[in-house]
Amino acid sequence: MNIDSIKNGYVIDHIKPGKSLEIYEYLNLGNLDTQVAIIKNAKSKKTGKKDIIKIDELLDINIDILGYLDPNITINKIQNDKIVEKFHPQLPERLINIVKCKNPRCITSIEQNLPQICELTDRKNAIYRCKYCEEKVQKPE
Amino acid sequence: MKHLIDIKDLSTQEIEDLIKVAEDIIKNKEKYSEKCKGKKLATLFYEPSTRTRLSFEAAMLELGGNVLGFSSAQTSSAAKGESISDTVKVIGGYADIIVIRHPKEGSALVASMKSDVPIINAGDGGHNHPTQTLTDLITIQMEKCRLSNLNIGICGDLKFGRTVHSLITAMSRYKNIKFYLISPKELKIPDYIKTNILEKNNISYIETKDIEEYLGDLDILYMTRVQKERFFNEDDYIRLKDYYILNKEKLKKAKEDLCIMHPLPRVNEIAVDVDEDKRAAYFKQAKYGKYIRMALILKLLEIE
Ligand SMILES: [Zn+2]
Repeated sequence: MNIDSIKNGYVIDHIKPGKSLEIYEYLNLGNLDTQVAIIKNAKSKKTGKKDIIKIDELLDINIDILGYLDPNITINKIQNDKIVEKFHPQLPERLINIVKCKNPRCITSIEQNLPQICELTDRKNAIYRCKYCEEKVQKPE
Repeated sequence: MKHLIDIKDLSTQEIEDLIKVAEDIIKNKEKYSEKCKGKKLATLFYEPSTRTRLSFEAAMLELGGNVLGFSSAQTSSAAKGESISDTVKVIGGYADIIVIRHPKEGSALVASMKSDVPIINAGDGGHNHPTQTLTDLITIQMEKCRLSNLNIGICGDLKFGRTVHSLITAMSRYKNIKFYLISPKELKIPDYIKTNILEKNNISYIETKDIEEYLGDLDILYMTRVQKERFFNEDDYIRLKDYYILNKEKLKKAKEDLCIMHPLPRVNEIAVDVDEDKRAAYFKQAKYGKYIRMALILKLLEIE
């Protein structure tokens, strides 16, 4: 795989340096046959350093979650060697089974087979609350 | 099918309708005595709360229905590790409506997601207790004949007291409400209530440490107890529990038509010499609670 040129796929750019592996995990890229390149500590004009992930296929990836993890990420969608779309991911309305509620008094701490649902209650400040106990959930650092 | 998990599940109109029905029940008890004939209400109490459970059971019995249930986790299937979802599925086969109280926050919501019959939240940990709020609202309506244009003092544990948070949320829907938030600094109202409810709805409020300072301005004084289980430290509890005690002497400063409320049980925050004062509404409040629960049961069972 030539990491500079992708014919069809995604370039996930401007990832906070050191965070690419985490995003790789969240997107479940480890379970794919597709070629994936992780570039760590690439030079960035804006922030000095950044990570980049390149995916050599136009998969149906859960982009919303990137909005939650880091809204500064840029996603480039590439088709036939051209960038056809370039965007920042939006904060999703709901996170399902992505973050765990840490409130020890919450029903999620004991009820089995209960999906972990968090809802966006304040878009401006990117605040999510557990659907069950309404406690704020902390963003992974 | 409707459930009542959070007071916010009810519109202002629905609350008004419930209060109207409850008032009608108070006036015409016989008319309602067989409304729920043949219906069963199950009380699933995973933690004891005799007062709330009896209020629901009395409500259902006065409607001519029957009651079944358990009153602590030890005597229930929860002791064997059954999930709430499974329990409500099973009990929904026996009962027409379920009242649940559980120490974990969000438990009633989980129950409602899986239930085939209406669920009423009778307290999910420190989170919601909507029938307490309905009880408070009907009491205000009955005693003051209005839900707007009121100066409401709330005294005691404003930090952990969920009844206080729900009451403020519910009253913030009405016009010309002013809150006097009376508490020691350790038990002040949380910031999110101030920003998300009070300031967001442009409701004026005053925070004070002194119970007597604004007593003469109040139409309602809502007293709460300082709960021992909220403290990690025994000394803090002992120091704060006696911080605010309402007695006959202090009441001299209050309006003639003040309405004194308390969710009960009280510890010592209202001296017994206040009980005979005509302004004391807390025992009436408990009674109104039964009537509003009757109205709620009828609504959720869709009985006219
Ligand atoms: Zn939670």
